[in-house]
Amino acid sequence: MRLELTPRLDPSPLARVLAPIAAFMVAFVLAGGVVWLLGRSPLAALQVYVIGPLSDPWALQELVVKATPLALIALGLSYCFRANLWNIGAEGQYVMGAVLGGWLALATHGTDAGPWVWPAMLLLGVLGGALYGLLPAMLRVRFGVSEILVSLMLVYVAQLTLDYLVRGPWRDPKGFNFPQSVTFDPAATLPLLGAGRIHLGAVFAVLAVLATAFVLGRTLFGYRLRVTGEAPRAARFGGFDSGATTLAVFAISGGLAGLAGIVEVSGQIGQLQPTISPGYGFTAITVAFLGRLHPFGILAASLAVGLTFIGGESAQILLKLPLDLTTAFQGLLLLCVLCADALVSYRLRLVRRGGGS
Amino acid sequence: MTAFEAILLTIVTASTPLLIAAMGELVAERSGVLNLGVEGMMAMGAACGFAAAVTFDSTIIGIAVGVLAGTAMAGLFALAVLGLAANQVGSGLALTIFGLGLSGLIGAPFVGARRDPVSPLAIPGLTDLPGVGRLMFGQDAFVYFSLALTVAVALFLGRSRSGLTLRAIGENHASAHALGLPVLRTRLLALLFGGACAGLAGVYLSLIYTRFWSPGMTAGRGWIALALVVFAAWRPAYALIGAYLFGTATVLQLHAQAGQIGLPAQLLSAAPYVATILALVLLSLGRGRAIGAPGSLGQPFVPER
Amino acid sequence: MATSIAERPLVELRGVSKRYGDLLANDRIDLALHRGEIHALLGENGAGKSTLVKILYGVVEPTAGDIVWEGRHVTIASPVEARRLGIGMVFQHFSLFDQMTVAENVAVGLSGADSLKDVRARLVEISRGYGLGLEPDRAVWTLSAGERQRIEIVRCLLQDPKLIILDEPTSVLTPQEAEALFETLERLASEGRAILYISHRLEEVRRLCRSATILRAGRVVATVDPRARSAREIAALMVGSDVGEVKPHGPSGGGGEAALSLRHLTLPPAEPHQWGLKDIELTVCKGEIVGIAGVAGNGQGELFAAISGEQLAPRPENVIIAGRACGRIGIDGRRRLGAAFVPEERLGHAAVPSHRLSDNAVLSHHASGDVVRGGLVRFSAARRLARAIADTFDVRTPERDPLARQLSGGNLQKFAVGREIIRRPALLVVNQPTWGVDAGAARLIRQALVDLAGEGAAVLVISQDLDELFEIADRIAVIHSGRLTEARPRAAWTREAIGLEMLAAGEEPAEAAHAA
Repeated sequence: MRLELTPRLDPSPLARVLAPIAAFMVAFVLAGGVVWLLGRSPLAALQVYVIGPLSDPWALQELVVKATPLALIALGLSYCFRANLWNIGAEGQYVMGAVLGGWLALATHGTDAGPWVWPAMLLLGVLGGALYGLLPAMLRVRFGVSEILVSLMLVYVAQLTLDYLVRGPWRDPKGFNFPQSVTFDPAATLPLLGAGRIHLGAVFAVLAVLATAFVLGRTLFGYRLRVTGEAPRAARFGGFDSGATTLAVFAISGGLAGLAGIVEVSGQIGQLQPTISPGYGFTAITVAFLGRLHPFGILAASLAVGLTFIGGESAQILLKLPLDLTTAFQGLLLLCVLCADALVSYRLRLVRRGGGS
Repeated sequence: MTAFEAILLTIVTASTPLLIAAMGELVAERSGVLNLGVEGMMAMGAACGFAAAVTFDSTIIGIAVGVLAGTAMAGLFALAVLGLAANQVGSGLALTIFGLGLSGLIGAPFVGARRDPVSPLAIPGLTDLPGVGRLMFGQDAFVYFSLALTVAVALFLGRSRSGLTLRAIGENHASAHALGLPVLRTRLLALLFGGACAGLAGVYLSLIYTRFWSPGMTAGRGWIALALVVFAAWRPAYALIGAYLFGTATVLQLHAQAGQIGLPAQLLSAAPYVATILALVLLSLGRGRAIGAPGSLGQPFVPER
Repeated sequence: MATSIAERPLVELRGVSKRYGDLLANDRIDLALHRGEIHALLGENGAGKSTLVKILYGVVEPTAGDIVWEGRHVTIASPVEARRLGIGMVFQHFSLFDQMTVAENVAVGLSGADSLKDVRARLVEISRGYGLGLEPDRAVWTLSAGERQRIEIVRCLLQDPKLIILDEPTSVLTPQEAEALFETLERLASEGRAILYISHRLEEVRRLCRSATILRAGRVVATVDPRARSAREIAALMVGSDVGEVKPHGPSGGGGEAALSLRHLTLPPAEPHQWGLKDIELTVCKGEIVGIAGVAGNGQGELFAAISGEQLAPRPENVIIAGRACGRIGIDGRRRLGAAFVPEERLGHAAVPSHRLSDNAVLSHHASGDVVRGGLVRFSAARRLARAIADTFDVRTPERDPLARQLSGGNLQKFAVGREIIRRPALLVVNQPTWGVDAGAARLIRQALVDLAGEGAAVLVISQDLDELFEIADRIAVIHSGRLTEARPRAAWTREAIGLEMLAAGEEPAEAAHAA
């Protein structure tokens, strides 16, 4: 007996939509098994991870807050992944966006700078992420160095940079030696939408979804990315320079990751501290693939995966399950999504050995 | 023992896990599969090995379980990329994320536990030689194993028929399949070997290098091992040199931190990662693009039947 | 000769079929091969020859049918088993490993546990014995196509096979190299080995074989003695109808003004193991077809890339299109000057396999047509364009707007050529216009090229197929190891003269010294 794959010439559109949903369910069942092995009830976990957050208005708002950075980063990554370029350093670009944007907040702290501060912070955040994203892109274009390894290494560098700043020059002098900056002034804080916890970042995420849908679906640039990703030689034949494409998609994805970083810091955390992300930059990779690299899919996926962050936090309190369960689930989910993608492209058959006649 | 000797000794212990993990990944990549899950496999090896060693109070069992954990992770990866021809880069990342998370779950109850140091080998007479005695003849068994592993991998790839088959499959899987070479089976074995090595490297970290377990203790070493394979142009001997260069960089920055030389600790901590990037850039300047990369590296293979 | 053995076939295929999804690649094939016989398997591209051969060599599993080897029913589950039975194979696309040495390449294809040293010694012995000169320690990427084929043959002979299968062996050889191969094959047959010779070239089959099985659309349509039939008769059997000949265009070339000039065009190899281009000089005038002959891998791809602008030249004046020095201008800019290009590889270069034809139409039209306006792709216009190409050039599609990979080679090639001709270019550059294409599509494409030149466009055809160049080219030049001869009128060339130029001074790829 052996497994045999045969390519499907024209995979069905329905299968494409159903694949990520099936993958999500499989990953959920597998994670339930892990919970059971840890000696907890999988049903109780289901209650805490899914049903609880979805039936609680406060948690629903929290879900939007968590999904916002995920959606922003994953949208950016979809530009890279469509062109078959691997930016796995979004976590670092997120941090650098927060650092550069946060700098302005600290520089204007205590002054009577007007309401221009937070928009300027957002611009700086985009700039910081984009420039940091361009580093691996330039090394790849100029020297042929793997963008995978460089972008990943730069995550550590960015995290250490932030760590240095908030423990050193940017530490709040009145903060009892805690490694954190001063709390941002109101002018440096992203406005809230209504009375709840949802801030303006959610609007940016929705706008980014619409813009990405337009760019990828309608423009020559979106066409260019699809061609580059699927057939690089055909892209050259089409006159699309691969170096320029690489720089562009890394700048875009870095910029969106940087936006996510400054949005989180100025809209949610309110100050700089050593850790400003529960791994959004890596989780966004899962979100991007779960959303099939399609902007609307990514929006849905960011909400679904955001749920696991909230569920993870309550599970830690209610079930004494470590937060690492959430990370493990996200990794498992990515693996399941990629396998489901493969099953859309290939037909799987079980064949008896020596069969055929 | 002088301070200089002590530094040399720590360099060897810092380099050994990098060398073991890189050697495993090197074999996997020579067969044509890119496994970015080294970090996750290492983390699993470290956590499972440490947990087993504490539970059964046995270093040997700990090592065995660590190796098995790495191998099992590689098996999961093989199922996805060989069985279903799933995307290798994405699946490797998924394996790393999964491994980091699961190792946290498994290791959580063991945070704070400590293991006694494993006594290094001692050869009467030789180990006590002044100067080189401890360095050459007083290391733990892993160090000698890692060096033997390097020689064995070099001989296997360069001299044996099976090594020839493996290289051919990594070079051009379509041709290899047309000749009837077992592409998927060879890749499966190479991946499992890579997983076993990553697991061993992980268990070395938790049982010998630090002797405790903490979440995220692999700290990017799996990624550095991946970079080492590129740096070594897929050749075992260069991987040995590279691993010791990086081990030296790591240890020197630790000593610089301890020595209060006035630079921020974070800058020194970032040194190994920056050094990795610089090494990759300098390498490409010196050698042109990706010379030595196996021809089919990273491409999925679906046999036509 | 012991007649009793000679009469029982060495191998017999009975009712062998192979189905891929909806496609029946082989349909109840019967075929018998005898010892000492050189048997031709003839058929158009896509007739099912390669599939049948892969079944015989254990690479592909048949859906139905029996294989009888020396009177015994056998299942050939893998190439290893095929070799154990005594079947050897010389692939069309060599199954060689560029980075490894000749000896390693031979050893890796042998089942059995002989040491590399033994293999090396036997390799030297066999290659001497059959006059197939090979240096065992050379890296394969430094070798010519002819030398590479020798590796495959020696690898095959080391196992002392009873049956040797050769798949289109002369497609990469010069006429002189092909003649040497035929002599080797005749010698092997005289030793009592059976040879299955796959080809679509009638002349060489008539030269070499006494029996031939002809396949069409997966079925055996006839088994004949090729020397007893005319080439035209056999061609009709292969194609199923009389394809007809290409009608020449009017008063032919020269005289018109230059549409393309290459001046001292020199390029280093883009990647290791490739040729660069060395001081290329060429002019193509309006109203003429210039052909470039040469064995595959002698710089044709590089030349195409340099003319199209996929690869920029060192200086602007190296490439002149429509009077403009455009060596530093990219492919889009050259398209705007009225040039059009068709690369060799259909899937992955000329077209994105996973994209629909309408999307693929955008690929070469976005810079100069109306499918893109203000940075936005007009998909309705692209669909109309794809439809117009399909209608004009008889591209048969399984559905209205299929994925490129759903098309047969011939139909996709008609699309790729049609997509450029429909723009009415002043200059068309085509690399291997009919490579791997069925006879009907090949004729349509050649006619379209001739008609385009007849309308006053300049056409440059790079082709391995000498028959094709003699049929449509007004002038012919030969490319060899990155150098190009002068383009001379067709009448000034003979096949032998072209063969000599293709062989020319044998040198190694430029950077042989720097690596390894």
